[in-house]
Amino acid sequence: MLKDITIGQFFPADSLVHRLDPRFKIIMTLLFIIMLFAGQSMICLATGAAYTVMAILLSKIKFRMFVKSIKPIMPFLLVTAFLNILFVNDGTVYFHWKFLKITSEGINVSVIMIIRIVILIAGSSLLTYTTSPISLTDAVERLLSPLKKLKFPVHELAMMMSIALRFIPTLIEETDKIISAQKARGAEFDTGSIMNRARNLVSILIPLFISAFRRADELATAMECRCYCGGEGRTRLRQLKSAPRDYIALAVTISFLVCAVIINILT
Amino acid sequence: MAVLKTEELTYIYSQGTPFEKTAVDHVNLEINEGEMIGIIGHTGSGKSTLIQHFNGLLKPTSGKIFLDGQDIWADKNKIREVRFKVGLVFQYPEYQIFEETVYKDIAFGCKNMGLDDNEIKRSVTETAHDIGLPEELLDRSPFELSGGQKRRVAIAGVMAMNPRVLILDEPAAGLDPSGRDRIFDCIKSYHKKTKNTILIVSHSMEDIATFADRILVMNQAGIFCFDETEKVFSRAEEITQIGLDVPQITRVFLELKKRGIDFGKEVYTVDYARELILKHLRERQVL
Repeated sequence: MLKDITIGQFFPADSLVHRLDPRFKIIMTLLFIIMLFAGQSMICLATGAAYTVMAILLSKIKFRMFVKSIKPIMPFLLVTAFLNILFVNDGTVYFHWKFLKITSEGINVSVIMIIRIVILIAGSSLLTYTTSPISLTDAVERLLSPLKKLKFPVHELAMMMSIALRFIPTLIEETDKIISAQKARGAEFDTGSIMNRARNLVSILIPLFISAFRRADELATAMECRCYCGGEGRTRLRQLKSAPRDYIALAVTISFLVCAVIINILT
Repeated sequence: MAVLKTEELTYIYSQGTPFEKTAVDHVNLEINEGEMIGIIGHTGSGKSTLIQHFNGLLKPTSGKIFLDGQDIWADKNKIREVRFKVGLVFQYPEYQIFEETVYKDIAFGCKNMGLDDNEIKRSVTETAHDIGLPEELLDRSPFELSGGQKRRVAIAGVMAMNPRVLILDEPAAGLDPSGRDRIFDCIKSYHKKTKNTILIVSHSMEDIATFADRILVMNQAGIFCFDETEKVFSRAEEITQIGLDVPQITRVFLELKKRGIDFGKEVYTVDYARELILKHLRERQVL
């Protein structure tokens, strides 16, 4: 059940997208998001879609994984789209009942919104699917390093991020174990009355909190034992180096973005 | 009659992803009423996955599990009853403790079974006594107890439900030798008293050899062998080859056999070894 969560997961493979410099990947993801919001028209979104499909094909990650990442937000999307249809009132009116109107513009807005968000999620999951959490936080640290001059704790932030990411799977696994253990003692989580289920939830939350604190404590001790004292003067094992392919990929992304903007101006 | 039985039981983790892994591969086995079974195998040999099928926590990818001849997945709504009949104690069970008092935590399972307060009280105090938890501890917070005591509280929580089959995954992992002995002694006396079927997963051949009627050796998601303790250790050399340890005393006797002193019997407990050696020495009139 919990194993189905794919957000933030990393699928190691040997592909062009995997090999790209994580700093460039983060920048490209940002450009990609701008690309999607650059225009309102369908053609404009088509550029974004084409870009995503290209990147997915290059990443050698199965298409199914992307479908999986979109699935959990689908209900929210559909509800929002439904509200949009009902309450956007411009354009030709197809149906009218009291204050509710279904109009061409309403349908248009909802469809564009759904497509945009689906592409957005599929495209940005590609970042975490193809980048290991460690290189991701390394890249964040490097990209934010100019903020150090403003006394912004960039290293600490990156460290917190990598610890948080590192512990997502651990805590999921832990939760799974605790759920199984309580189920073995007859606790019900998906059947029974709401009051009962809520009470049984406590039997998961308390052990989970206790173990999270225990782990945090152990980790802090372990880090201190290895003389960790923050980012000052810390060197790294793997230096991020950009290669020609990174610049090419960036150039391709920028040209897609320019295309999207031009299409938007023209239409 | 077999209390638990599996038929071509197969379980595949994360099917359809790059992490796909067959954890249990076409396993057929039968466990009889009242038996004490030891399960050994490497990390990743599928033993933990296998035992989670016995009480319906995992649903097999293919194959069937029978409890008293009934397919446990025949009616999905009855799976909870299976969990009351087959008690499972996980590894490091003390991490699942959550109630304010020891008493309440042990009673959690009984409460879920819907027993009335008197029955719960009787069951909890009896189990606590059997497992060596003094009565004054029952009102304390379980988080104040020592590691070994917490472990016993967690085990008592499952024992109190009086399951017909009790499964324990590494019940002594991470305890000091006296803690280990205490846990195993409790389990042995529980078995003697209730005559319930018990399955114990362990890494330590030494522990298993002293009490198991039969031993199930798992290797690479399948059964390597499942036989009476003596017969399993007659294959000690093969077992060493798949990378599992046999008891030290068995190793000593294997070495003796290589050097020409063959006792003709499988030795896996120190007491038995002592007896054999003394007999041998008397025969040769050394003593």
